Amino acid sequence: MSLPRHTRYDPVAITLHWLVAIVIVCNFALGVYMHELPLSPWKLKIYSWHKWAGVSAFLLVALRLAWRRFHTPPPMPESMPAWQRQLAQHGHHLLYLLMFAVPISGWLMSSALGVQTVYFGALPIPDLLDKDKELGEVLKQVHEALNLGMAAIVLGHAGAALKHHYLDRDDVLTRMLPWSKTPRNPQ
Amino acid sequence: MKRSLLACLLAVTLPAAAGEYSGFAADQSRVSFVSTQMNVPVEGRFQRFGGEIHFDPATPTTGSARLEVELQSIDTGLEEADEEVASAEWFDIAKHPKAVFESSAVEALGDQTYRIRGTLTIKGTTREIATEARFEPGAIGAFSGSFKLMRSDYAIGEGMWSDTSVVADDIEIRYRIAAPAQ
Repeated sequence: MSLPRHTRYDPVAITLHWLVAIVIVCNFALGVYMHELPLSPWKLKIYSWHKWAGVSAFLLVALRLAWRRFHTPPPMPESMPAWQRQLAQHGHHLLYLLMFAVPISGWLMSSALGVQTVYFGALPIPDLLDKDKELGEVLKQVHEALNLGMAAIVLGHAGAALKHHYLDRDDVLTRMLPWSKTPRNPQ
Repeated sequence: MKRSLLACLLAVTLPAAAGEYSGFAADQSRVSFVSTQMNVPVEGRFQRFGGEIHFDPATPTTGSARLEVELQSIDTGLEEADEEVASAEWFDIAKHPKAVFESSAVEALGDQTYRIRGTLTIKGTTREIATEARFEPGAIGAFSGSFKLMRSDYAIGEGMWSDTSVVADDIEIRYRIAAPAQ
């Protein structure tokens, strides 16, 4: 390969990354807010919006993965020790896994609780599970646990990005930023 | 009392296959409903109801049905919703614990299908309704069918809940009402 190694993510990957980030953070906050609300039309509306956002996140993540399949991300900096590379790789794999598992668990939970997910109130997503209250309660716990797990990984992900930027002073953060055009020179 | 004694005597003296159905078979009956929340159909049901049916397929127009649904026994599928619908804004169960259907006319449409007209009383409001039901004969006969009602007609879901863009106005009631053959 004589091509110069790219040091930045491409614009599509960057756009998808930040879109997914915004949807996930907002929808997480919405989920935390809504589940304690007393029953009201507002609550039913928010639950629907939360589900629509969850389906959107799922689709965006699928798109990201498909894009990534044909657009290799820039390599990690040479300066990173092997254990950090491994940790980063495992972290990213886990994050992708959770980005799929969280919406899927929410969808299954909705089915089991007897409230189908209808995307934007127009496109019914088939129920994979029959209505089963007890299973629904279990899936609610699963959805919550997966979300807490994802929150932890996201914090680790953001923390690692900041560590790269401020301590290691490499381009790991800037190459995913939409506005920074000049890559930093590592080492 | 005299009437029921007479009914007992008749039941004993008449041959079993007289083809008349009367009474009520609660364990073979079902009353459920489908509401639409944010364009999502959600099914619920009532667990306790009672009634009385008299029906002879040979003379269907003389048939009659009375059904009482204990609203407290609602199972919306969500506990907080079960509590909510007991409130004054919904069923006001403290004042109106039952929904009552009373038939006024039965018309045979052929092919074991009947149009049943009658009055439905919920939350102090009585309205005429009509429903088409299919009859399955047997040792226990059952009418199955469905009809739609507008919850606003009965003031079910007032105040903030009157916004039908969240919980739609029309509610589908599905039923299977069974009675033993005499």
